[in-house]
Amino acid sequence: MSDDLVTDILNPVEPFLRSDRVPHIWCPGCGIGTTVNSFARALIDSNIDLGSLALVSGIGCTGRVAGYVKLDSFHTTHGRAIPFATGLKLANPKLNVVVYSGDGDLSAIGGNHLIHAARRNIDLKVICVNNLIYAMTGGQTAPTTPDHSTTSTNPYGVFEASFNLPQLVEAAGAVYVARWTTFHVRQLSRAISEAFQKKGFSFIEVISPCPTLYQRRNKMGDGLDAMKYYKEKSRVRHGAPTSEVGMTMTGEIIVGKFVDRERPDYQTMMKAQFHESLGERFVEQTEMVCS
Amino acid sequence: MKTDSEAAVLPKAGHHSADPHTADRPIAVRHTADPRGVLTGIHFMDGDHACCEGALAAGCRCAAGYPITPSTEVVERFASRVPMVGGTFIQMEDELAASITLQGMVWAGAKAFTVTSGPGFSLMMEHIGYAAMTETPCVFVDVQRGGPSTGLPTLPAQADMMQARWGSHGDYEVIALCPNSPQECFDLTIKAFNLAEEYRVPVMFMMDEVVGHMSEKVVIPPADQIEVVPRKHTHKSVEDYLPYATNGDQVPEMAHAGEGYNFHVTGLTHDERGYPNMTLAVQDKLVRRLQSKILNAVDRITMTEEEQIEGADVVVVSYGITSRVAQRAIEAARERGLHVGKLRLITAWPFPEKKFRDLAAKVKAFVVPELNLGQMVREVERAAGGQAKTFAVSHAGGGVHNPEEILKVIVEASRCQTI
Repeated sequence: MSDDLVTDILNPVEPFLRSDRVPHIWCPGCGIGTTVNSFARALIDSNIDLGSLALVSGIGCTGRVAGYVKLDSFHTTHGRAIPFATGLKLANPKLNVVVYSGDGDLSAIGGNHLIHAARRNIDLKVICVNNLIYAMTGGQTAPTTPDHSTTSTNPYGVFEASFNLPQLVEAAGAVYVARWTTFHVRQLSRAISEAFQKKGFSFIEVISPCPTLYQRRNKMGDGLDAMKYYKEKSRVRHGAPTSEVGMTMTGEIIVGKFVDRERPDYQTMMKAQFHESLGERFVEQTEMVCS
Repeated sequence: MKTDSEAAVLPKAGHHSADPHTADRPIAVRHTADPRGVLTGIHFMDGDHACCEGALAAGCRCAAGYPITPSTEVVERFASRVPMVGGTFIQMEDELAASITLQGMVWAGAKAFTVTSGPGFSLMMEHIGYAAMTETPCVFVDVQRGGPSTGLPTLPAQADMMQARWGSHGDYEVIALCPNSPQECFDLTIKAFNLAEEYRVPVMFMMDEVVGHMSEKVVIPPADQIEVVPRKHTHKSVEDYLPYATNGDQVPEMAHAGEGYNFHVTGLTHDERGYPNMTLAVQDKLVRRLQSKILNAVDRITMTEEEQIEGADVVVVSYGITSRVAQRAIEAARERGLHVGKLRLITAWPFPEKKFRDLAAKVKAFVVPELNLGQMVREVERAAGGQAKTFAVSHAGGGVHNPEEILKVIVEASRCQTI
């Protein structure tokens, strides 16, 4: 037998993961792990200094990402990943700060922080895994759950309107807004790499299946069926007006890069303002470490 | 004014060497304040502004806040001062945000605080629990006003004292300080930051509206006379570092984001690696350590001011602005020939239980005036354990006591029979 067959071949994303925490808690067919793979590949491609990278999650299935990546990683409270990340970035502007969380965490309980961070244009990269439901708690309605789908808290069908997240964050001021699905692993990885090149509030929505709760309850099959749906119903429309990209239960999924614009970020504006108002009295923030 | 040895830990102007928190430990380097943040001189300022200057003197360079009277002046001054000191202030969208943004600042290496009043303090509770669980050193300032709910904007109260201790869910310990003057707002804010760093615990700075808004002389000493406790930063290599391992003193060493340690922090129950672990054994070990790292150090943490305790029949226990109102009642009672001692709580939490238990064996009664319907008096009563009687002098807030009300209860207490 050739030695080749027993030689360990390192998975290229393994150095980015806390392998000692495997097995993870995500269900078979769940898309979150797929997004982490794309994220890790984006780190490889964009040559980011991992030492300067911090990842912040909230609570929920996607909130567990922080526990699986071999980075300075913070699993915060429900909805508050963005303000925690804001604190990291303000105290140490050299950090590259990624917020990695779910649709419920970021747009419901954390919705206020989402729009205000976009308004301020804090230099954060937000990856929002949208599985259209509260999954960790057992399949309740989220602000993103499409009309007519069934959840454990809308057992007779959802009748309230859902958020169109790209439109929301564009209106609030994000400089980079894209959406892909977990079928589009390479496009997603490229989008994350692109966001690392932007300075300012960047938002990437990833439509991701929840076979255990959303798919099953709505008779949409398993993870593989979700991939087929994403493949057949996704339409790439770069630059599409975000008002036209709202999600429906079984309709088209508009994907692509919707917004890519320039606007000075919070810390650039802050420095300019202090230079202008205080002149030489302005002391630029230097080493913050209080040792 | 005679104070006992505990009161001597107050960082008085020009005298900072006798700090028992550090006196019994060998310190290689004495850390003093960064002069850029220290506004040395004699000032006439209110307690809110003095608190801000205390934070700057302590090395705090980051703050996140949300406006709420009567606390806003603290961050207004910080926002005005910090760009000239090398730091940052951000006004967040709500107190939920402010109370976690400051923790992001801490994990990036800064000393940070937030400032609020009752309604905002209520919103911050979850993140006080997060700070306790993740052992994030930070300071929460609560300039108390009347409650419940929106209550009395913006008149004084001391009705958040139990909330400061018990407000977040689960078992945990905090430290809480109660200044009674603008000078103490300066001195004890430094102390609050130092305790936060030493024990890696959120420290509650429990001001009240009167102390916050009263203006008095505030002496700010030269920077080299202000002792500051640095971050308990690890010296271990990346390979050897375990974020929540302790080295005998129950307080783990910190690393900061961006230093290459690739550490994980979670509000979930976690092991020494910082990894989530839902077992009973890990929960028991962690939560008991969070408690004992404070409770085992009660004698070193707690500060009181005491006066004529020896031979007293009645001891008046107070804190914050009420201690200054009580002073007049105590003096009036002594003029009547009553043997009245004074015990001022400078730290409310952890509660100096043993001190009260010992005292209860010697005195007839405790009189506890406070601007609430009976909060710290419960602790006094519990610690007294039936050995001495306990009299509350309650006040619903909105003003301070009339000293006559306190005097009346002192007289009543001094007539009571020893149990």
